[in-house]
Amino acid sequence: MSSHTRSAKKRELTAQEKKYEKKARSGYGRYLILGSVGTVVVLLIPFVINIWISLFNWRGGFSKMRWVGLGNYSKLLHDAKFWTSFSNSLYMIVAMVIIPTLIGLILSAVLFDYIGQEFGGKTSSFLRACYYIPQILPVGVAGILWNWILNSQTGAINRILSGMFGVANPPDWLGDPSFAIYAVMLMLIWSQIGYPVVIFMSALGRVDPELYEAAALDGAGWWKRFKAITLPQIKPEVFVVVLTCTVAALKVFGPVYVLTKGGPQSSTLVPSYYSYINFFGKSQIGYGAAIASVLAILIAIVASVILIFQNRSAAAEREGARV
Amino acid sequence: MSTATVKTNVKHGIQARMSRIERKENRKGLNKRKKGPLRWVILALCLVLAVLILAPLFLMAINAFKTPADYTTGSPLSLPKSLYFGGLVNFWNAVNFPQKLWNSLWIAVISALISVVLSLFNSFALGIGRVRGSSFIIAIFMILTMLPGEGFIYPLFYMFNAIGMGNSGWTIVIIMGIINMAFGTYLLSSVMSTFPREILEAAQIDGAGRWRTLWDVVFPIMKSNLAVLFIFFFIWTWNEFYFTLIFLVSGDTQTIPIAIASLQGDRIMDVPTINAGSLISLIPALIFFLIFQRTLTKGITAGAVK
Repeated sequence: MSSHTRSAKKRELTAQEKKYEKKARSGYGRYLILGSVGTVVVLLIPFVINIWISLFNWRGGFSKMRWVGLGNYSKLLHDAKFWTSFSNSLYMIVAMVIIPTLIGLILSAVLFDYIGQEFGGKTSSFLRACYYIPQILPVGVAGILWNWILNSQTGAINRILSGMFGVANPPDWLGDPSFAIYAVMLMLIWSQIGYPVVIFMSALGRVDPELYEAAALDGAGWWKRFKAITLPQIKPEVFVVVLTCTVAALKVFGPVYVLTKGGPQSSTLVPSYYSYINFFGKSQIGYGAAIASVLAILIAIVASVILIFQNRSAAAEREGARV
Repeated sequence: MSTATVKTNVKHGIQARMSRIERKENRKGLNKRKKGPLRWVILALCLVLAVLILAPLFLMAINAFKTPADYTTGSPLSLPKSLYFGGLVNFWNAVNFPQKLWNSLWIAVISALISVVLSLFNSFALGIGRVRGSSFIIAIFMILTMLPGEGFIYPLFYMFNAIGMGNSGWTIVIIMGIINMAFGTYLLSSVMSTFPREILEAAQIDGAGRWRTLWDVVFPIMKSNLAVLFIFFFIWTWNEFYFTLIFLVSGDTQTIPIAIASLQGDRIMDVPTINAGSLISLIPALIFFLIFQRTLTKGITAGAVK
């Protein structure tokens, strides 16, 4: 009997709550209007039109659009440059994701629980700031600087090589197809390294120091603590860094534009630059749109993975808080 | 539920404080224990890395004030024989630097302001109001922030040129404003979803409407988050390369990064001019960094985890 009344009471309450909830929720919709209109006009409609354009042969402007269906996409499959550009994206991922994440892991752990402990927090945050500086520089300007440093004739590296070390014919870093991609990678690593360091260091601040103490008491060395505590504890941040940097690596444009313009012999061509030259160089709008669509879909997939992961970890966090 | 959150918050706070004290004592203990040479080796390695990372900037600074002849005869690592400002003057005049600075500044400020205000509105509706389908809308915003500019550049280019706005800073203000807004909405919504309900209810009981609640209750509490977002949006718009390259085609509308990139390969760009140009173009970014370093590192962290 008592259970029956309790459940009835509960039902009544939820109905009341629902009413209350409804009232509490009303009147917020209008705050979304401006942002939604902007998003639809500036991002969504152009995005859909771009996919539509990719189904045509079009020289741009007032010229006639000729329907080719998926023709541009099947052309892509046989386009060596298209494949080069996406395989170069793998090099970009090595330079912007894999190397910075690995170095960032070691550096942040060293700065946080070695330098920070031994020499104080000021030293470690000074070093962190030094590593982070390239991240905030405009890529257009940093690219010009690197272009000079790597220049075959007047560049700093080659003048140091020939002047101080007497190298007779130093390599043409940006002009030689076998070096150019590594030269681009060098600049990307340089500009990217600070990002994981900063994020991992703050993630480490969250880790319970008792874990380290207990491990140290058990006689675990630095490397063992790194493997057994640091890595598992900051796994969420590692995951986020890997995925966001992967998106950034797939989108790389500025450094390639300023350093090599995709050359020499397409050796540094990347998807975004390839679509750019189709749009604004060769006026092959439909083809450029097809490349851009492939890239956008690839990135949307990576972004969805991030989203699913974050929702899951947020749910886990809520569970944890309740317990 | 809300009291439970408060309790866990308090518990977390106490735990954090205790662990901080413990860590401090622990550090004292460590310092007493070992002072081997290894610690200096590791510090030296970290410093070497810092020097390597800053090396391009050192190279730039010492070669910006050399005469072209001094550069060709000496080593790039040597200090200038005499201070030469020719490169700086060359660059300054060639790009009309004050104008580029002004273009960069107004575009970045207005764009960042628009993004911040719109992010606040959106996340007020999504995070606090929890309008129908809010998690779906947030997901859409999050995916949109990541999409490549190539995916919508041509229709935008066509559209803005059709209405005669092609070569105008306002295109950048609008495009970057919306892209950054999508990111800000995604970030702020999750922050606002933890906004204390009691405060909102109290405001409602006092008879405050949504608009009053937003500005008198939510805004003051979110101010520091909004400031971090503003700084980020400002820097991202300032550094933007892709959209500015495509839209800003004439000298009077260009921003600093595009101005120096469009001089690339030009006759006047001898080594001192390149370096002086890079130096002066990087100085604004370096100044922001020095001023906002703390806020920036705090903000990046927030962006990564939530």
